[in-house]
Formats: sequence, C-alpha cells, structure tokens
Amino acid sequence: MAKRVSLFVSCIVDQVFPNVGLAMADVLERAGFDVGFPEAQTCCGQPAFNSGYREEARQVALHFLDVFSKSENVVVPSGSCTAMITHHFAELFSNDQLNLARVHALESRVYEFSRFLLDVAKVEDVGARLDDVVTYHDSCHALRELKIKQGPRRLLSHVRGLELREMDAAEECCGFGGTFSVKFAEVSGGMARTKIDSIVRTGARTVVSIDSSCLMQIQGAISRAGLSVRTLHLAEVLASR
Amino acid sequence: MSVVFDEKINRARGDGRLQLAIYDATARLMDKRKHALEGDNLPDFQELRDCANALKKQTIDNLDHYLEQFEANVIAHAGKVVFCKDATDVSDFILKLAKERGARLIVKSKSMTTEEIDLNERLEHHNLEAVETDLGEYIIQLAHERPYHIVAPAMHKTRYQVADLFEEKLGVPNETVIEKQTMIARGVLREKFLAADIGISGANFLIADSGAVVLVENEGNARLSTSAPKIHIAVAGIEKLIPRAQDLAVFLKLLGRSATGQPLTVYTSFLSGPRRGEEIDGPGEFYVVLLDNGRTKLLEDSGKRESLYCIRCGACLNHCPVYRKIGGHSFPWVYSGPIGAIITPQFMGLNHEPGLPFASSLCGACAEVCPVKIDIPRVLLELRADVTAAKEREGQGGLERMAFRAYAWLMRHPKLFEIAGRLASVLAPASSSGWLRGVPAIMNIPPVRAWLSQRDLPAPPHQSFRQQWRTRVPRINSR
Amino acid sequence: MSRELILDKVRIALGRTKGQQPPPLPPARIRIAEVNIDFRVAGMLQKVEALAGKTFLAGTLAEAVNYAASVIDGREAVASNAPFLRECGVTALPGVRTGVTDRVELRELCASCAVGITSADYALADTGTLVILSSGHEARMISLLPPAHIAIVPRGRILSGLDELLSILPFPAEQTSSMVLITGPSRTADIEQILVRGVHGPGEVHVIVV
Repeated sequence: MAKRVSLFVSCIVDQVFPNVGLAMADVLERAGFDVGFPEAQTCCGQPAFNSGYREEARQVALHFLDVFSKSENVVVPSGSCTAMITHHFAELFSNDQLNLARVHALESRVYEFSRFLLDVAKVEDVGARLDDVVTYHDSCHALRELKIKQGPRRLLSHVRGLELREMDAAEECCGFGGTFSVKFAEVSGGMARTKIDSIVRTGARTVVSIDSSCLMQIQGAISRAGLSVRTLHLAEVLASR
Repeated sequence: MSVVFDEKINRARGDGRLQLAIYDATARLMDKRKHALEGDNLPDFQELRDCANALKKQTIDNLDHYLEQFEANVIAHAGKVVFCKDATDVSDFILKLAKERGARLIVKSKSMTTEEIDLNERLEHHNLEAVETDLGEYIIQLAHERPYHIVAPAMHKTRYQVADLFEEKLGVPNETVIEKQTMIARGVLREKFLAADIGISGANFLIADSGAVVLVENEGNARLSTSAPKIHIAVAGIEKLIPRAQDLAVFLKLLGRSATGQPLTVYTSFLSGPRRGEEIDGPGEFYVVLLDNGRTKLLEDSGKRESLYCIRCGACLNHCPVYRKIGGHSFPWVYSGPIGAIITPQFMGLNHEPGLPFASSLCGACAEVCPVKIDIPRVLLELRADVTAAKEREGQGGLERMAFRAYAWLMRHPKLFEIAGRLASVLAPASSSGWLRGVPAIMNIPPVRAWLSQRDLPAPPHQSFRQQWRTRVPRINSR
Repeated sequence: MSRELILDKVRIALGRTKGQQPPPLPPARIRIAEVNIDFRVAGMLQKVEALAGKTFLAGTLAEAVNYAASVIDGREAVASNAPFLRECGVTALPGVRTGVTDRVELRELCASCAVGITSADYALADTGTLVILSSGHEARMISLLPPAHIAIVPRGRILSGLDELLSILPFPAEQTSSMVLITGPSRTADIEQILVRGVHGPGEVHVIVV
C-alpha cells in the first residue's frame, strides 16, 4: 500500500505556475507515494499576515486547518508557505487554545517539498535528468526559518547532466517580500536586479529555487531585462527525464 | 508610506555614486565580520549569542533592579547618576552644570543617544560649543547631517566631499588624501580636547555590579573626551545595562566582531567614577545620565521588549538588502536599518512614519546576524499589525483593508477562488513568452502597475493546477 | 524628580514591585584557555604585529632598554611612574621625563612629547591587548597623547585572554577609576573605509616583552 501524501500547492502555484504542482506530484508518485489534492485548499494566509491583517490571516489559516486536519503528511512546494504554517500559525492562535492545539497537531506533518523527499521519503536520487547549467537561489524563509540549505543542492547533485554553479550572493534576498514588491516597487526591483547580476556572473542558464514567488520576481526581472536565463522550480528539475 | 519617505528613498536610489558607496562600505563590513567568525576565530559564536540574549533578557525584564544597583555603585565610586525622562531633562542638567562650572567648550565622543535628543543643537542654542571628536561624527557635524550608519557615520561621504567640507569649514587648503585629511582633523580636535571643560560620551555598556561605563572605540577620541576634561558626563539609554563586569567576556567578543570584524576594538575603556586617590589624571567629576525618552513605554510590550537588547553593532544594517538600497538618510529618525525600523515606531509613535515597518522584504538576514538575537522580522510583523489596527481606528487605509477582507473571504470559498483565477486568464491571455509587459485597463490597478513598473508579470496559464489535476493520470511507481 | 518617575514607569511596565529581587543569574561565562607561557608570549607578539604594532622580545632588562632607546632615538619622551620602568632603567635614558604627579603638568608634557612609555598591568595574548589600570603609577595620558607608545611588559603578566583577565579582576572598579584595554595603534576607517593609523591616540605602538 503506497503511503498517502496531500499536496498543498499554494495559491500562486495553483493559479500561476501549475506546472510546478504537476511536477511535484510526478516526483512524489515516482517515489512511491499516493498523492492527493484536497480541492477545498486555497492559501495559507501569509499575504494578510505579512501585511498586518492578522484577523484576515486567521480566517484563512482556519480554512487551511479545516482542509488539512485529517491529512497525513502535507507537502508544499514553497519554503515561505511552509514556514507560515509551521512557524506563524501558532502566533495567530496564541489566544485560542482549541485552534492552537489543532495547529500543533498539524504543523509537524507539514513539509517543504525538498525536505519531505530527504527526510521522509529518504530519497536523494529521484532518477531525474536535465542537461543544463544551473545556479541555486536560497529563498529567505526556507533558509532562515526552515534552515534549508544543503538539501536542495544534494537533490540537484544527483540529477544527471546537471551542473550546479554557486552564485556569490545565493543567500541574498531576491526582493520579492509579498506586498513589499509593490509597496516599495523600485527598491524591490533594485534588489531583483542585484540578484540577477549575481546569477549572470555564474554563466548558468537556469536559476533553481524552491519558492515560486521568488522565481516570479526573478523571472519577471529577467524577462524585463531581456536576458535569456530561465527559472525552474526544484520540482520541475526533479521531474525532468 | 509618507511622501517624505518616498522622496528620500527616490533621492538615494537616483544617486549612482551614493549607491556604490553604500554597497561597497556595507560589503566590506560584511566581509570583515564574516572573516572574524570563520573557522577557529570564534567557534562558540552561537553559544555566545544565546548567552548574550539571555543576559539581556534578564536585565531588561528586571531593569529597575539593575538600574538601582548601578546607581548605588556609581555613588560608591563618588560619581553621580542623573535620571532624565527626555531631551529637555538632559540639556537642562548639562546647561546648569556648565553654568555652575563656567564651562564653554564641550568635546563629545560618538553617541547615538545624544543624536537621538539633538543634544548638540540644544547646547549650541545656549552658546556652548559642542564638538564631535570621532572623525566620522566630526565630518557629519561640519556638514550638519545625521549619522548615515550607527558604526560608520560618514559612510556616504567621499574624500572629495570631505576635502570640500574641510576647506569650507576649517579654512584649510583642499586636501583629498585621506591620511592628510585625518591629520587635519587630528590637529584641530587635539586643541579642542586640551581646552575642553566637559567631555560627553555615550556608553556601550553600563555595568550594574561596578557602576561602570564601558566605551569601545578605535580612534582614542572617547578616551580623550573622558580623560582630558575636568568633567565627564556619560549619556546613555536605560537599556544599556548588563549585570556584571564579567559579562563583558560575552558582550565584547560579540560587539567588535559584529561591528567591524575586530576581536576587540583598539580601545576598550572601563570607567567608574572620577579620578581617585593617587591617580594622576582623569576627570574630577563623573556623571552618568540615564535617559528614558520613550524606553519605558517600549518596555510595556513584552512582545517587542527585545528591541531594547540592541548593542548598536550595525551588523543588521550592513546585511539588510533594503538598507543597502536606500541608505541611512532615507530612514525617518537617527536609527536606521532594521533596528531603526523596529525602534523608531516604538520611540516616536507609529504615525511618525507608518510605512517604515513595511519597508522590508522580511528576508531575515538581520536576525541571522544579530549578536543578541533580536527577532527583528517578528517585531516588524507585530508593528505592521499595530499600524493596520491604528489606521482602522483612525478610519484610514480603507481600500487596502477592503482588499484583504475580500481576499480572506475569497480564500474561504474555493469555488469562487477558482472562478476569479479563470477570469484573470480570460482578461490577460498568455503571450508567447508567458510574461506580460502590460495588462488590459480593467486589471491595471495600482499594485499591478507597481509590479509592472519594475518587472514583467507572468500571464495566467490556460488552466489552473486544480483544473489540470481533475484530468491528470497518476504516475504510479513508474520510476 | 525624574528618578522616581522613571523607576516607577519601569516597574509598572515590567509588573515588578519596588525592591523585588530578580531571579538568580547563571554563573558568568568565563572560559579560560590553558596556554603555556611560551605560547602566550608568542601569541601576544604575533597579534600585536598583525595589528601593525611593533614588538620586541627582550631576554634581559638591558635589552629592553636598548630597544626602547632605539625607538626614542633622541626624541623627548615621558615615562610613567611604574616601579618596573625604573627597575628596567628606561627612565634613566636621556630625554626621558618621569615622576610627574601633577595632572596639568603631566598633560602638558604628554601633549608635547613624541613618545610615551608605560608598563602594563596585564596583556592579553589572544588579542594582542595591553591592559592598563589608572593609578599613581600609571596615568591615562601617557599611552594616549604622544604619537608613539612604548609598553614594557614582564612576560609573566601575559594572560591567555579577556576571560582570564576578568577572572583575575572580576570587579575592576574596585581597583581603579579607569581600566583601558589597548589593542594596537589608534585607527580610523571613517572616510571611504580606508584605514588610517594614529588619529587621536598613538599611531605607533611598541610592545616590549621582558
């Protein structure tokens, strides 16, 4: 009997980058999991939380709890959304013991995608092949809240045909930051351009990350600059054959 | 965000030379810090951070106790402690003392606390000459500016600007060699040190069990300011306390390395009371001014109290990608960077610059390097919630609030969420590259415009994930 | 009076009552490395050199004085009243003034002399630091005003580092109004991050270990 996992694809993957979700499902199924997608899912509430709207964030978080409370393991193609659930949901319900208990019951079963592969599925080589030179962008919340640093690199190291070149500022923020990207658009854009300079210096053709929101920022700025570098989510790389 | 904040940011962003100066200076400071913590240079760094955080927590959570202990020990060493609630209290005290002693000239060593209360202007208003003696501070005093950076106040000035400034203000020939500029300042300030009646310093640490003021510096100006004049006044925020002299074994190891990558700065002075007994030199009078100026208000909020743990190393500024883009003078008050973003609203009120807590991508680089482990992003998030709540009370920000309410409602209605997504894909059909430079008028709302001002926007896909999932065939174990 | 006002505000904000004791502090974190004397001496010299200070390891007091004399090189110098300097004989060198106990006189002398000579109460090997406690023997100005500073330190005074110093001197304030840790020559990088030595304090530091 295959072990069951539920996808929480995040609102941005669902509506903007569906291929990332499909790729993640492919990789997990090939690793032997029975993959489910609870259709009532929407968002983790982070946009409201990060903008200072705690009540609104709480409502969305409650919806998330309702949808996923019965799930075994939940796999998320985003460090940022995972951190919202595992690190910040508890803050939202600090005065609500009942729901706080629900958060605590769920948070240990919610995994960022690369961490799930390594820690739960115990697989480093997913049998992927991609003839490409890539560089890896450490997304901030994955790196600093979830402490994800080497995991994605280990997974990439087993991809046949792939060469990983580290950029000098891999840990520097891409400048997305949710509503920051539009409230301080020019500063955010400047941060993205600094990031791209670092990417270009590696000579890599592809930027890989585990957060689609960072990749939206980076690809958006690459596209505006007319460069030929592309972005791929780690799941898309690992699903390549 | 206020118009002023926006304008300051735009000005900094538009100055190419300035952008380069900030970028280079912060990069250098980051490198030095990194090197100072690499390999065997400080293997127990993380343990020291935990220790420093615990000591600061203990001190701040029991601050009244340590303040009284400190005061008793200062008095025991023949010094005096002056509690001041605000800027006026401080200037009143100093003016009165200066008048009683017939003092005219004051030398000052670098102190952010006195910047906070505009002490120089207040003293000059009463015909006292107050001269900054740290080279960077001296430069910005001549230029009538505020420190650009907690540790490197004149970070934004080039040697050419300094040359012009010295020529104009000091009447010396235009000198662009940095060594020679430094010697010009040394000469001018040496005279001031020897003639000064009062020396004013800040304090890096106040030691409760010793009644001592600890100062760290590289130039020697703090030593001179506190040793040459007959009177030494240290002006410090009440949060500067640490319990014991022995705790310096933790804090000094963290401060120098975090600030400039130095295991110890050139001079660390441990000062307690006036010259005593057989001692030949040193001040005859020793005062410690303990300033509140909003700190007690900050203490009330246990969730944000940790903002007072800061030891002013400046590492969070150097590592902040936003500071590195907008620089120190874009910030609305004397404290800039991430630490400024969390203490300014708490000292000056949320309305001082409501946009400030939002000027962050929440990347967390600041918290990662903070030697006393202040969780700056968490405090920023709390401040954001405070700002939106305050706006609601004041009947402002209605549009944004409506948008987030609509968002929260939509996210609890998956079917409608799906329909909304499909609507977008109909309105903005995918281009060949999948990335859009513009959108139809109906979608051209301010946030979208702001996004497009800098970057292309991904076109909505033909089908969302959930649509594709419904028809997807699982790949069962086809590995 | 702002004192009571501020302390009351602090107590109210923290929910504390007057005179309430805080929870006990954990023991201070002092970690003293076991370093033998030869390594301490070597470390001290190496660190001072790395900071662009000059060093000299003297086998005898006479060697120390000869080195000091070569640094002074006929310039005017002021020496502290430390008995160790007298024992060395450095105070007997031509052009070296010592024995000044008047504050104003000493300050003027220090402001005009090219070299200041002191001993040190301790030195810290792991950072190349001199530790000087202000007293009737050691004044503050001698290591501060002249452009060059010579410190003559008995090797037995070299400690492993800051932690050992604070274990020996847990309450420096009981000994002196001023303890200063000097780590290399005075410096600044306030203009364009370019390092310049000798801003307000001595740009030249010589450490002689005897």
